Amino acid sequence: MENNQQKWTEVISSETSIFKLNLDEVWRYKDLLFMFVKRDFVTFYKQTILGPLWFIIQPLLTTIMYVIIFGNLAKISTDESPKIVFYLAGVSIWGYFSETLTKTASVFTTNANIFGKVYFPRLIMPLSLVVSGMIKFGVQFSIFIAVLLYYFFVQGNVYPNAYVLLTPFLLFLMAILALGLGMIISSMTTKYKDLSYLISFGIQLFMYATPVVYPLSSIPEKYKFILLLNPLTAIFECFRYAFLGTGAFEMSMLVYGTVVSIVILIMGIIVFNKVEKNFIDTV
Amino acid sequence: MSNIVIKAENISKQYRLGNVGTGTLSHDLNRWWSQIRGKEDPYLKIGEANDRSIKGESDYVWSLRDLNFEINQGDVVGIIGRNGAGKSTLLKLLSKVTKPTTGKIYTKGRIASLLEVGTGFHPEMTGRENIYLNGAILGMSKKEIARKFDEIVDFSGVERYIDTPVKRYSSGMYVRLAFAVAAHLESEILIIDEVLSVGDAEFQKKCLGKMNDVSSKEGRTVLFVSHNLGSLSSLCRTGILLQNGSIVGDGTIHEVLAKYASLNLNLLRTLDTIRFDGPLNTSISITNILINNSDPFKDYIHIAPQNEISLDVHAHSSCKNPIRILFSLFKDGNRLFSMHDVPEHLFQNGNFISRFVISPSILRPGIYTLAIGAHSSKEEWLWNDSVFDFEITDIFDENNDRRDFGILNVKTLSKSERIIL
Repeated sequence: MENNQQKWTEVISSETSIFKLNLDEVWRYKDLLFMFVKRDFVTFYKQTILGPLWFIIQPLLTTIMYVIIFGNLAKISTDESPKIVFYLAGVSIWGYFSETLTKTASVFTTNANIFGKVYFPRLIMPLSLVVSGMIKFGVQFSIFIAVLLYYFFVQGNVYPNAYVLLTPFLLFLMAILALGLGMIISSMTTKYKDLSYLISFGIQLFMYATPVVYPLSSIPEKYKFILLLNPLTAIFECFRYAFLGTGAFEMSMLVYGTVVSIVILIMGIIVFNKVEKNFIDTV
Repeated sequence: MSNIVIKAENISKQYRLGNVGTGTLSHDLNRWWSQIRGKEDPYLKIGEANDRSIKGESDYVWSLRDLNFEINQGDVVGIIGRNGAGKSTLLKLLSKVTKPTTGKIYTKGRIASLLEVGTGFHPEMTGRENIYLNGAILGMSKKEIARKFDEIVDFSGVERYIDTPVKRYSSGMYVRLAFAVAAHLESEILIIDEVLSVGDAEFQKKCLGKMNDVSSKEGRTVLFVSHNLGSLSSLCRTGILLQNGSIVGDGTIHEVLAKYASLNLNLLRTLDTIRFDGPLNTSISITNILINNSDPFKDYIHIAPQNEISLDVHAHSSCKNPIRILFSLFKDGNRLFSMHDVPEHLFQNGNFISRFVISPSILRPGIYTLAIGAHSSKEEWLWNDSVFDFEITDIFDENNDRRDFGILNVKTLSKSERIIL
């Protein structure tokens, strides 16, 4: 057959393979990924006075609110850690997770006009969101470190330990969990928009099901298992344990969190792959 | 030996019409259920040919149906068809924006597609930033863009605004910048949807020139959709004609354009459906029209340029005043000339035929629209702007009688001689 003699570089057909990720193609488009990240930042502070300061103002104000409401009014325990550091830790990593999740969850609908006009590996878009979220987190994390150092040297009531070395791994876990969940939701919203309404308030509810504003130790023993089902619990507890030296963290929780995150990521990739080739017809 | 760079095998694309809503879920479940039982998708069977003007039975239509074609390297292919014929769907499949419902497309080489100018342009970002972003979206690496940056800016002609956010650009400048990026893509295959219709005449000319360079000098393959038949015929060498999702013609661009014209025109109409406006439309009826003794509503009329054209207008008048029949000939929306009945033929009423003869070789090849009307001595009138179209065909004789040489055939109106000095 003539087809066999010719060396086709590509075959476009209706068949989809579930696991084919085309990572080499994603790599070829890496410049695009960074352009999207750059776009996110450049457009964030165009025509603002405070510019990148907004990345810091937001978590700081949120932390102050939490200190007042959850710390002083509701008097929720912080495992004897200084309130500011405790809430700042929760706020910055939750900020990263929730932002990455909400943005990837709407990746198909918000970018439909680009996706409808030009082809590039669709995975680039959610990946760029993960990366730009990561950079924003980097800024907020440095604030957290500054505050932490103040308490470490001046007050001496925080106890960072060797687990801080796990921080990149924790971030990675959150990234793949947010990416996986986000891809599942965004794939499902291309045809049925119902889930996109769920996500905006769902993410708020999810925060209360995660030890962000309270430590795991403050939960009554008989309800603890519900929280332990949440893979984020391990990440938050581990993070605070590493930097503040408090909290009920066990390695087994982290193993569970890792497994769940990977499973969700794989599921996300499967549905994303299934949807990406045709979603533009239904979105 | 020709080198095939795109080969399409039986590609089809089905779309669902109407709202995607609650009904979709049941269809999805049904589809899923037959998939589990190893049966064929039940909705693939019920699609209909896509004719937007006719109310269909089914919610599913085939936007493209069983397309087979091959495109050679270095070809400039014009894709022609009426709105909804499937042109853009075909380009979308080729550029991988969406995948075919059935069939396969084999491609060789990098494909860059320009289905829209300025995809991904962000209004808040400057021209410079957008060049990099848009270039990357279209598949260029940062290095490539940096290397071509000056060329792009130069081509766009918006150098002065390059560090201004594009939201402050005029729409023309925006298009210029966007096209400039796309024109500098280094892909083996370039796919361009109707995007050049924006921008001023000078820039359009520049773009067409650039596209010509791309294909003839660099040997790249170009697929081009346009409704501007002039730019198609000057730019493309071959064409594909789509109608209701199927290929109804391919070959050289002139063959395809002629076929397109014949598909497109009067054949769907009859004289009865043509409404004449004006106060005389109750008292005068045009009963038949013949051109060179053929019915233009039954056959598409081709006339060789050296032949005389005779036009017979059969009419019935019950008007109290003497009337005159007149016609005008239009090409590309311009009225070329008008002619009246001669005064001796004026009479009160009854049936009559008005016969007009247009001397040979005035008209150059192309498609002409005939307007017919009447007026009475009392300033009452009757008129229709576009009764039917006919075509003066090309003849490639020693005078190189090509359609893009002008409107009138100067050979019959003037002469030339050479004075040797």
